[in-house]
Amino acid sequence: MRLLKSAIDAKHGSGTATLLPEEPEDMWHAYNLIQPTDLLRARAVRRVSKTSDAGSVASQRITMDLTISVTSTDFDIGSGQLHVAGKVASENEYVKLGSHHTLDLELNRKFTLEKGDGWDSVALEMLREACDSTNRAELWAVIMGEGTANICVITEHQTILRQRVEVPVPRKRKGGLDGHDKGMERFYSTTLATLLRHLDLGNASSSAQTDKTVPLLLASPGFVAQSFLAYIKAEATRTGNKPLLALLPSILVAHSSSPHVHSLSEVLSSPTITTKLSDTKYARETALMDKFTTLLRQDDGRAWYGPKEVERAVEGGGVGRGGGVLLLSNALFRAHNVAERKRWVTLVDRVREVEGGEVRVLSSLHESGKRLEALGNVAAILTFPMEDLDEEPEGGANNNGGEGDEMVI
Amino acid sequence: MPPKSGHQRAKNIDYEDNDGYSDEEDYEEEEGGGDAMTDEDREQMRLGTIQVKEALGSSIPATDAQIQESLWHYYYDVEKTVTYLKNKFSPAQAKASTPQKPKIVSKFDQAANAAKSETKPAPGAKPKPGQTKKANGEKLAESIDKLTVEEQPKVKSKNLNVVEEFEKSGMKRMANFVVIGHVDHGKSTLMGRLLYDLKVIDQRSIDKLRREAETIGKSSFALAWVMDQTSEERSRGVTVDIATNYFETEQTRFTILDAPGHKDFIPNMIAGASQADFAVLVIDASTNSFESGLKGQTKEHALLVRSLGVQRLVVAVNKMDTVSWSQARFDEISQQMTAFLTAASFTLKSITFVPCAGLTGENVTKKAKDPHAKWYTGPTLIEALDSSEPAKRKIEGALRLTIGDVFRGGITNPTSISGRIDAGSVQVGDAILAMPSGETATVKAIEVENEPVDWAVAGQISTLHLSDIDPVHLRLGDIICTPSSPVKLLRSFSAKILAFEHVMPMSVDVFRGRLQAEGKIKQLVATLNKATGEAVKNKPRIVKPGEVARVVVELEKELPLEARTRVVLREGGNTIAAGLLEG
Ligand SMILES: Nc1nc2c(ncn2[C@@H]2O[C@H](COP(=O)(O)OP(=O)(O)OP(=O)(O)O)[C@@H](O)[C@H]2O)c(=O)[nH]1
Ligand SMILES: [Mg+2]
Repeated sequence: MRLLKSAIDAKHGSGTATLLPEEPEDMWHAYNLIQPTDLLRARAVRRVSKTSDAGSVASQRITMDLTISVTSTDFDIGSGQLHVAGKVASENEYVKLGSHHTLDLELNRKFTLEKGDGWDSVALEMLREACDSTNRAELWAVIMGEGTANICVITEHQTILRQRVEVPVPRKRKGGLDGHDKGMERFYSTTLATLLRHLDLGNASSSAQTDKTVPLLLASPGFVAQSFLAYIKAEATRTGNKPLLALLPSILVAHSSSPHVHSLSEVLSSPTITTKLSDTKYARETALMDKFTTLLRQDDGRAWYGPKEVERAVEGGGVGRGGGVLLLSNALFRAHNVAERKRWVTLVDRVREVEGGEVRVLSSLHESGKRLEALGNVAAILTFPMEDLDEEPEGGANNNGGEGDEMVI
Repeated sequence: MPPKSGHQRAKNIDYEDNDGYSDEEDYEEEEGGGDAMTDEDREQMRLGTIQVKEALGSSIPATDAQIQESLWHYYYDVEKTVTYLKNKFSPAQAKASTPQKPKIVSKFDQAANAAKSETKPAPGAKPKPGQTKKANGEKLAESIDKLTVEEQPKVKSKNLNVVEEFEKSGMKRMANFVVIGHVDHGKSTLMGRLLYDLKVIDQRSIDKLRREAETIGKSSFALAWVMDQTSEERSRGVTVDIATNYFETEQTRFTILDAPGHKDFIPNMIAGASQADFAVLVIDASTNSFESGLKGQTKEHALLVRSLGVQRLVVAVNKMDTVSWSQARFDEISQQMTAFLTAASFTLKSITFVPCAGLTGENVTKKAKDPHAKWYTGPTLIEALDSSEPAKRKIEGALRLTIGDVFRGGITNPTSISGRIDAGSVQVGDAILAMPSGETATVKAIEVENEPVDWAVAGQISTLHLSDIDPVHLRLGDIICTPSSPVKLLRSFSAKILAFEHVMPMSVDVFRGRLQAEGKIKQLVATLNKATGEAVKNKPRIVKPGEVARVVVELEKELPLEARTRVVLREGGNTIAAGLLEG
């Protein structure tokens, strides 16, 4: 995202930023930045009807700049479209104050944003991150098993499932082996065709744009990914497909424990892959979540999750200098409720400025963010053990069932 | 507004183009007879036809086409084909064929018959060339346009009372067992040996496997290849998917489900284990192998089968030849395993330890000859298998069958499924309902152990040939049920689980039979007392390995799951927990 003009008073958080989304991912940043009560100004098209002197009604489409006070946002991850609904906040000759309008933000169309509640520390950080173009890693991945393949694109802030391919493959069966082999062949050819459609290799304009080839990762349990690579190689040679042949050197094969998208995090944080890819936000966030769950497993009171528990930990001074980490999902800052957002901004500010701990806002569109979401969107690594941050348990400490007894399940 | 999940939106399943059933290649197969067969198929067909002709002699007037149709049906098994054709043509059986083999006369057969008796077309039938299929015989191809064929009648149900039929059939005891254990501990070899020694596999086939294994430098795997049949499995020397085989003793008909030991293929192992009445746990007795297995899949598999409801375990302490049949080693392994298994809630009386060597065949079907093995006086493996209590079966009640495979059962059966009947029974002609698709189908024919039958009951792993349904509506893990008593679809459920690893709110893969679905542990409700089921601690922050807990699981999409179903929760290649669905 390009910052065209910034007129923000850092001290009070007032003022506006004018931004130009240039890449699909920028729409995701815009979605995270824009919130109810904000003022958003962008190009709009309105149908305007005029009554002529003679009494006939003529309808006309007029393009204008419109400012709305945001009431809600709607983002479609797949297509990257962002629709922002609101009430018109500055009147002009065609549109009345307070009438409804939905602005459709588009790539390469600038918009201007003024925060309804002022630019707080989290919003400013998001803005900085959105406009930082130094780390623009992009990776395509096919995570697969026998008969299913998930074609994904992974960027700094998002993992997007572009398409799921499912081809029924008959299982290994006496006398029916042929069905299995044919099924796998059909599966590979469908997956490759689908992948090529998404990669759009033949498209001259797109390959001219990106002079570097985007790496492609194939991952699966067992041997499926390896066999798929062998299939791609054979196909590339057989058909003499030049762009496909050129792609071969940038294909990586890795092991994953399942064919599901969420196994990508484990693949991307594995040493074999991280050494080949630049250090991504993705890998860093995964490492942090791993550290958190490792501590949680040790169960010694240094890892806590859930809103109330984490707030208590911060209050008690546990998330400070010397290793304290506060982990939050960016979903928290999209809260419709202004008070709710304030609650988390306050916590962030306190950990950063008062306690001296580290704060990480994880993207809810990456697997690490999804893991955090499962834990209630907020977690903390403490510098010292704290007990009983959760509610009092109701049951006492009953004795566990004797070993070897018939178990209840 | 929350973002619409990209996963949901982007999902685009190419049923139409890629389902593998409507694609051109297969279509040709249907129209062009043998044209779409592989070379191997064609060769087998050619040889088979010659052999069957020889066996039948001139007394039985079967055409090439009939022979080939039968060969196809019996997967080129010459013996079965001959028996079938003899029965079909022998005058005594021509009218009333045996009830066990209600083979429906296929269009193929009809065409073949009609071609033979071209001069007298079936009365009243109008020529419908569009419905006839070309067959292999050359003469047949020429006469095909002239012949007339009656439309295949819809399968009618005999309206049997299957429960009564089952009881009066005096059917032999039957048992399915899954063979589990760490990778390379010798499961497939042991089962190959068992089948070989029982003469289920003949000497010729074994010799052939030996030669083939030798040529790729894997001669020690020849017996395992009886189970490991795909090229992938053979070249890598590792089992990938369940192999199903049959054998019988005087008392029992057994179904072997040979599971893969490799960690990556645990989903397939689960599919096998969920069809089993009991389990054979194979342990490599050689130095260090037992120890590394105990940290790996010896442990995980044992816990898994226990959580999937398997109570009885035969522990085959295998490769005893590598430790010179040392009694000390056998006792050491038995003791350690007993401690581990009883802690995992297997009862002492339901575990049997048997020393053996699959490669050499000692103490598998016959006593060990090795003089070092004199100390052992207990049962052979097969005796231990035979002494298993028959499992209880839910034969009465509504039909539940979990689909384990969807495939083409041959030229006349484009849509076939197989799987274990979990409850109830099914008979030819029944209408069934597939869930979650909600589509109905008719059972055209049933096979158990590759033999056509009129009906099948709970506990049997059966193949159903279906009509009136598009295979798109049948997927692995779906449930086939009685239309009048459909299985309910669930989006979230509570389950009583045994934790294998630390459990916290997290993403998990949910397994049930062949079903594999994405879900989330939403809530840790309470940890429970193992014996009484009472809550020990409400809303725990984390559940530790070995603890029993109640959790709420939310699924990404609705699935057919019922109370009392056993589910396994896995994440990142590890089994996190397994247990019982409460509803
Ligand atoms: N010495 C000896 N070797 C054996 C014995 N049984 C199996 N093996 C060898 O162990 C190796 C693995 O055998 P498999 O039968 O493929 O093992 P598996 O448990 O089925 O392996 P997976 O299915 O891949 O988990 C082969 O090389 C066998 O020859 C035995 O009784 N003695
Ligand atoms: Mg094996």
